Amino acid sequence: MQPAGLLVMAVSVGTVTALFLWCVWLVLTRPSGEVEQGPDDHRRS
Amino acid sequence: MAPPPRDSWGSRLGVILAVAGSAVGLGNFIRFPGQAAQFGGGAFMIAYAISFLIIGLPIGWAEWAMGRYAGQRGYHSAAGVFHCLVPWRGSKYIGVIGAIIPLVIFMYYVAIEAWTLGYTVRFVRAIFDPTLRFATVTDSQAYFGRFVGSAADGSALRPDLDSLLPWLAVVFVINLVLIYRGISAGIQKVCEIGMPVLIVLSLLVLARVLTLGTPDPAFPDRNVSTGLGYMWNPGKTLVVGEDGRTIAEVVDADAVRQRERADAMAAATPGARVERRTMLSQLADPDLWLAAAGQIFFSLSVGFGVILVYASYVGPRDDIVLSGLTASATNEFCEVALGGLITLPAAVAFLGVAGVAGQGTFGLGFNVLPMVFSAMPAGSLFGAMFFFVLFIAAITSSLSMLQPGIALLEEALGIGRKGSVGLLGTLTALGTGFVAWFSRDLKALDTLDFWVGTFLIFVLAMIQIVLFGWAFGIERGWEELHRGGAIRLPRFFRPIFRYVCPGFLVTIFVLWFLENVVGLGRAEPSSYVADLFEKGEPVAWLSIGVVLVVSVGLAVTIASSKRYADDEA
Repeated sequence: MQPAGLLVMAVSVGTVTALFLWCVWLVLTRPSGEVEQGPDDHRRS
Repeated sequence: MAPPPRDSWGSRLGVILAVAGSAVGLGNFIRFPGQAAQFGGGAFMIAYAISFLIIGLPIGWAEWAMGRYAGQRGYHSAAGVFHCLVPWRGSKYIGVIGAIIPLVIFMYYVAIEAWTLGYTVRFVRAIFDPTLRFATVTDSQAYFGRFVGSAADGSALRPDLDSLLPWLAVVFVINLVLIYRGISAGIQKVCEIGMPVLIVLSLLVLARVLTLGTPDPAFPDRNVSTGLGYMWNPGKTLVVGEDGRTIAEVVDADAVRQRERADAMAAATPGARVERRTMLSQLADPDLWLAAAGQIFFSLSVGFGVILVYASYVGPRDDIVLSGLTASATNEFCEVALGGLITLPAAVAFLGVAGVAGQGTFGLGFNVLPMVFSAMPAGSLFGAMFFFVLFIAAITSSLSMLQPGIALLEEALGIGRKGSVGLLGTLTALGTGFVAWFSRDLKALDTLDFWVGTFLIFVLAMIQIVLFGWAFGIERGWEELHRGGAIRLPRFFRPIFRYVCPGFLVTIFVLWFLENVVGLGRAEPSSYVADLFEKGEPVAWLSIGVVLVVSVGLAVTIASSKRYADDEA
């Protein structure tokens, strides 16, 4: 494998793995139905 | 008042794993690596990432939002969701496509699932009996042909372990038993156990593959590094013949040596020349975009009607943006980080680039890989693990294909689980029997996969995204999507839902249609069109007949449904 291929592989695999782990962390740490107050929500309330 | 849901998900993780399980299939481990390697890893991944952002995620989120909205109002089938969202008598008949697609796909997908179980057991048997290993690709190719009965119709239905019949019977019964148990006790349980097992086993197989090194010192260029290079190197060095066809692809860890080897190969072949494709030149190729978008589209199971139905059982305060993103991310992890690192490096380490290039999905999965696992140390064990991974991927997908039909029958006819599973079991048994019997050249399977598993999915996906952005309305859709949400989508997704995604999807569909149905740029029409209109192939026409029978049957069921008629009155 050439260095450019290694870079493409590292970025691709790294990105999907980080996204997967971040999502799993969010799902496991935030209880279902919890609402984060975003700017739109403040305006609405 | 909407009737209460008869069944629902037991937990948020449960529905996420079920949607991920539906998406993760054989394509993650076999189709994706082949596609990425064909177009050069770097260029392909750019088109793939863009397609993920503007097709995969938006259509998935649209299905989650529309499904939950209708589910809260008592509708759990795709026809019911359309009926709920669009106040027009005909909408439920368009929505029924969301039941036709998974039902017909189940009829042939369950046969492929049976192959994976049969191969798993074959490798387990090979642990104790080494004579069952595949010595060459020719051996495994011949075995596959006998197993699936590609030589003659009916030849796969033999009562022995090296034939489709016993495994088809087993997986068919397993599917019906699990779907009968319902959403939380059946589908969710299987996915909660199956998905973690799939990831752990895949990681074990990955560790085995990445430590293969150079298995045969007599062929120093056949190694894992070359396999990874073939998959991920952004540029390509091809030796092309006089007719423009690729004779060979040269892959080497050293770019200069790669060029020298290609030049030497071209010099030794009369009329041949070397063609170097950079990442940018490949990005200008429409075929690459078509392949990347198609892979994202089919891999995430969007446009199937499955997410729509699964989401209809989700609670009103569940974070569906996060659930949709997590299910998609799980699919991408399995596809890119596992499938992208296992399949081709293993195959190239034993057969070299020449032995792997140009193999289709089934060729790579069931002709090349069985021989590859047979050849590697402890290969029977790892082969059994790999095919069991494919089996888990397949069963979590096939279960998801039954639920839309169950939901429709329960909703339209007002019958219980027992009745709907009985009806659906009879219908799918007939369809699966049809596919299993007409096994010559896998004609029935191929025809159904093309017209339903590809063409109709495109159609439903386009209808769904237009429905979400224009009929359901972006304001209502956006609000539904974020109800109970812990994360909010950036606002630039709103024009993506409304304009970019439908536009991109229509473009991809038109290109696909022109190339694969009309046969534009080809000397003759595609084989699927030729089978129907030039050769008049009876099995191809019978397959279309199966689709029509299912479609008419479901449409009549809806038309005679008191539930929908009462709503309209």
